[in-house]
Amino acid sequence: MKLIIAIIKPFKLDEVREALTGVGVTGMTVSEVKGFGRQKGQTEIYRGAEYSTNMVPKIKIEVACGSDVADRVVEAIQAAASTGAIGDGKIFVLDVGQAVRIRTGETNETAL
Amino acid sequence: MKLATKFAAGAGFALFAALPAWAQEAAAPAAPFTPTAEMVNKGDVAWMLVASAFVLMMSVPALALFYGGLVRTKNMLSVLMQVLTIVCVAALVWFSWGYSMAFTSTGSPFPSLFGGLDKMFLKGVDPTTLAATFSNSVYLPEYIFVIFQMTFACITPALIVGAFAERVKFTPLIIFTVLWLTFAYFPLAHMVWYWPGPDFLHTAPTDTGLLWGWGALDFAGGTVVHINAGVAGLVGCLVIGKRIGYQTEPMPPHSLVMTMIGASLLWIGWFGFNAGSGLEANAFGALAFINTLTATAAAGAAWAIIEQIVHKKPSLLGAASGVVAGLVAITPAAGFAHPGTAILLGAVASLVCFFFVSTVKNKLKYDDTLDVFGIHAVGGIIGAIGTGIVADPALGGQGWIDYTAPVAKAGEYVMGTQVITQLWAVGVTVLWTGTVSAILFLGLKYTIGLRPSAEVEVEGLDINEHGERAYNY
Repeated sequence: MKLIIAIIKPFKLDEVREALTGVGVTGMTVSEVKGFGRQKGQTEIYRGAEYSTNMVPKIKIEVACGSDVADRVVEAIQAAASTGAIGDGKIFVLDVGQAVRIRTGETNETAL
Repeated sequence: MKLATKFAAGAGFALFAALPAWAQEAAAPAAPFTPTAEMVNKGDVAWMLVASAFVLMMSVPALALFYGGLVRTKNMLSVLMQVLTIVCVAALVWFSWGYSMAFTSTGSPFPSLFGGLDKMFLKGVDPTTLAATFSNSVYLPEYIFVIFQMTFACITPALIVGAFAERVKFTPLIIFTVLWLTFAYFPLAHMVWYWPGPDFLHTAPTDTGLLWGWGALDFAGGTVVHINAGVAGLVGCLVIGKRIGYQTEPMPPHSLVMTMIGASLLWIGWFGFNAGSGLEANAFGALAFINTLTATAAAGAAWAIIEQIVHKKPSLLGAASGVVAGLVAITPAAGFAHPGTAILLGAVASLVCFFFVSTVKNKLKYDDTLDVFGIHAVGGIIGAIGTGIVADPALGGQGWIDYTAPVAKAGEYVMGTQVITQLWAVGVTVLWTGTVSAILFLGLKYTIGLRPSAEVEVEGLDINEHGERAYNY
């Protein structure tokens, strides 16, 4: 099993969700987050004084899936979230040791 | 009852203007003039009461919210408290000795520099006493003049706090306010605005404040309010020093929404400030009103345009700053300019203020927190000098009125002479308030201290100086 964490531009969320549904993903967790990467945040100017270390608002998506579909999930997110401009975000893939569905006690891939 | 109070506007009559008056006096000595209650017009009374309330609105809520939104969350409450308390204290000081010092001349050893103390605690002022306007035989109840001018005395020291917001102790600030009003504001108000009124001037042509006597034009307070407060603010921010972290860590405004609320309320209140300064509900009030609208609109648009060019984005804070710069600049010229030249004056002031705020301040590295000098002093100076230009009847201006004649009439206008007079007025104001402010700030700095400890400053003034927070989430 893999846990895929993607940081994307907020306005791309709907497209990414559709793409993930298309490759069979049945659930995901979404959070509003802030951060910066190579873009170094945004520059704000107040009466001529520049502030450039501010965080940029982003969406974080977490998806758990079987190892066999992880590549397709990553591809789907990458294709759907890309605009070609700076700040499109990142995707991280982590190994997952165990998963449990709380209601039934099912474990691992049947719990996803 | 020679109610010799009065203020501002209409006139600059220079020394030469007094000569024809003396000639007339020699020909036919005027009978003593006594204003009567029948010379009071209810329309003027109604408008001036409304205008006075408008000017109070400029301090609380407008200035408090405008400044408050511009500081960081941890200092929001301190700015609100400073402005509110200064308004309260200034109103009491005005009642106690301010009105007398600004608008009397008897009992003073230097009657052209400051007034006497014979109307302390409003002694002798009651519902039957009258104050002159700018028209012959038109009077206001003296209480109204006291109230209107009181609101000016309230907002001027409150303007200063923006220059050293986020790093000043509360008690020394209030002590400074009382002393500064006494030694800077009241004398300057007297110098610029004191005169006996048109009905008395031809019999006592020298009974005026110094700058009024020179013929300086200041309709609603460019020198007295804005240059005065702006220069005091600069001196204060230099004496107190920069905020910890200035230019090394981010200090963005905590709520530009509140700043917008404050700036827009300032604009509305300014109609009382400017259109009320004619002291009558007449065409000159309307002229001041439209000039306050056009100059400000031009200044707000000009700031947005220059930001679009320089920073590629027009910011709300920029447009709001331009609006305030335009309001400041049109203040001395409000009753003299044509709406068209007011537009030019507002736009020019906005561009110069933008340059000071975005470039000069950063180059010289002084920490004028909320740009009190960059907008009020610089905008006020542009406006005061510009008044000499836009008042020229050749440009559609109103010129100056020769009140020394028994019936006031237009005086001959020479733009170059008037501009030089305006420069003298600006120079006297800068020197006077600069000197007084420096003495007061340095005196407080080396006695009870002006600046909180570094720990207090970093943690914020709200919780340390006032025991409260502006926001409890």
